[in-house]
Amino acid sequence: MILSGADIIVKTLIEQGVDTVFGYPGGQIIDVYDSLYKYRDEINHILTAHEQGAVHAADGYARTTGKTGVVISTSGPGATNLVTGIATAHLDSVPVVAICGNVNSKQLGTDSFQEIDITGITLPITKHNYIVGNVEDLADTIREAFRLAKSGRPGPVLIDVPKDIQIAFCNYEPEAPYPEPEKRISKKIESAMECISDSKRPYIYFGGGAVSSDAQEEILKLAELIDAPIGCSLMGLSAIPTNHPRFLGMQGMHGKYASSMAMHNSDCIIALGVRFSDRATGNKNKFATTANIIHVDVDGAEFSKTVKPAYSLRGDVKLTVKKMLTLLNKQERPDWSEEIKKFRQTEFENRDTRDGLTPYNILNLLNTYTKDSTPIVTDVGQHQMWTAQYAEFRSPRRFVSSGGLGTMGFGMGASIGAQMGTGERTVLVTGDGSFKMSLNELSTAVSNKTPIVILIFNNGVLGMVRQWQTFFYEKHYSCTTLEQQTDFIAVAKAFGADGVKVSSLDELTKAFDKAFSANGPFVIDCLTDKDELVLPMMPPDGSMSDIIVKVGEENA
Amino acid sequence: MPKYTIAVLVRNEFGVLNRVTSMFRRRQFNISSLTVSETESDKYSRITVTYNGDPDFHHQIINQLYKLADVCKVKELDGDGAISCELMLIKVKNEHATRDDIRTAAEAFKAEIVDYTLDSIIMRITGDSRRIDDFIALMNSFTILEICRTGVVSLERGKNTIITEEE
Repeated sequence: MILSGADIIVKTLIEQGVDTVFGYPGGQIIDVYDSLYKYRDEINHILTAHEQGAVHAADGYARTTGKTGVVISTSGPGATNLVTGIATAHLDSVPVVAICGNVNSKQLGTDSFQEIDITGITLPITKHNYIVGNVEDLADTIREAFRLAKSGRPGPVLIDVPKDIQIAFCNYEPEAPYPEPEKRISKKIESAMECISDSKRPYIYFGGGAVSSDAQEEILKLAELIDAPIGCSLMGLSAIPTNHPRFLGMQGMHGKYASSMAMHNSDCIIALGVRFSDRATGNKNKFATTANIIHVDVDGAEFSKTVKPAYSLRGDVKLTVKKMLTLLNKQERPDWSEEIKKFRQTEFENRDTRDGLTPYNILNLLNTYTKDSTPIVTDVGQHQMWTAQYAEFRSPRRFVSSGGLGTMGFGMGASIGAQMGTGERTVLVTGDGSFKMSLNELSTAVSNKTPIVILIFNNGVLGMVRQWQTFFYEKHYSCTTLEQQTDFIAVAKAFGADGVKVSSLDELTKAFDKAFSANGPFVIDCLTDKDELVLPMMPPDGSMSDIIVKVGEENA
Repeated sequence: MPKYTIAVLVRNEFGVLNRVTSMFRRRQFNISSLTVSETESDKYSRITVTYNGDPDFHHQIINQLYKLADVCKVKELDGDGAISCELMLIKVKNEHATRDDIRTAAEAFKAEIVDYTLDSIIMRITGDSRRIDDFIALMNSFTILEICRTGVVSLERGKNTIITEEE
């Protein structure tokens, strides 16, 4: 059938299985919005307050569903407003397709109104990007973008569509969505198995790659088979249930003590879909010096990028571990289990036992309200690390956080996307700093009656930066004390949402009761102490021997 | 550190060289030379890159190249298994006292004099990079006015090409 470019864009999205897109209209994308109007029964468009909110929503949608998130924006400022969100998705390997309008092809390069070189700008933060030159190429370009976004290591892809392409006509024939790309495993798996069998202290360490390959079951079976503890990076959280007896939690800069110690003392790290970021390893030269690393990743460029593995097994995490299970015999390591028990005991003895509105108590209370299927989204800062440490995750893809880029302001958009993707009431844990960066999206949540419990850790300071100033900058609290008079509940009400301020656990209980039955977003402004610290903390470029477990007891 | 030469077959798309060099820049990959040219097919362009580095660095470059959607094939071309050469134009000052020495040197290196004025001589020389470096070193005894070199181009010996699988 003969269709306009704009119609082809929308029809191809529908053809690729897209039922929800996020975006914001404008002058050079108006034709696509006309087509969205035309096909509104087949595809749902969510209008946000800002393009950044839209791209974070597409990201949150993708992270919780495993599908590709789609965002649409106009040219110029609409496109540049996507940049932080695209970079966020890029650093965390999230499949997102961004479609931008642009000025007429003939005007490109002449600095015309709202013209920007968005393919140039996003070149380093996308898997690939396109500027469409012929309407005949449009449908296939979108199809290839969907394939690229999900194949291998997922990531964002951007398509820039000049106005004249949107209004040109050509033939369009629907095609079937791309089948799931074929997954491969390494031929060298067998050679690495001896390393596991000979190991006395193996440690299974997984990351975001385990989430995207859905390897929960295989990882747990492997841990049982070889009698090993399991830990993860921030991006791995929720891949296996937090309360699993073999799970020690997140390791790294603010990792759990037991998990970090187990990794540090291991002689064989089975690393599954991780990239050994500086936040996970600290000083590379002092990182897990006694361990052989078996590195499994779908992206060959991760091997030896930062740490040198003994074995590099390129391939899908799920299939690779499945293969390992057939090659290994049941192993028992009572001494190692005993050591792990001791690490856990030390962690338990150092736990936060204070009463009142402490991060631990707040999140512990939250855990009694969340269901297995509840997505928990965070912004970035201290609250993010406390959530990673204390929140319970019981099903995969239910922890949504900007790990690689660390984007403050990620949470509001992402939680809207997560809610719409899963249909579940969603929790956003945020801070007063982060929330202020994206609270405009409250309007989106109100318009769509999106049930989100927004829990603000309001300590009046930029807590994570303040913590660094406390430890490393002689308590020079430069520009981290907000001293603002913002009344978040009045703000929530002005947007048409409801909310309540709390300063005790009792009040928080009542607030949760309301929030978890509200018909739309509900803001809980939770007043916390500005001097709370995220502990343990491994100082930047430090190692496990530098870990701060309790203040005043450094090197404990 | 070992020296590597790789050939990269890329889709002949607008901006593809920018994608490759942008990746080298943002990953802080230091390369020695890079050339790009048309190929036997108008679907592809061919980029030849040379660099020094340890084997990890070499693998990083290849793996990162493969992550670019426009990159179709990367092949390492080693010194013995491939023919590599580059071309240089070099302009030196033409003076009575050095004229004969320059001509003798050019003859010895089979460099061709392609422009000759009372004040300057331009010579053209092709060969592997080492030979060209040597010629520049020799010309340093005189007064070099300008140098322009192409960087390395390289083809595998024998019937194999970048797209055929090794047998």
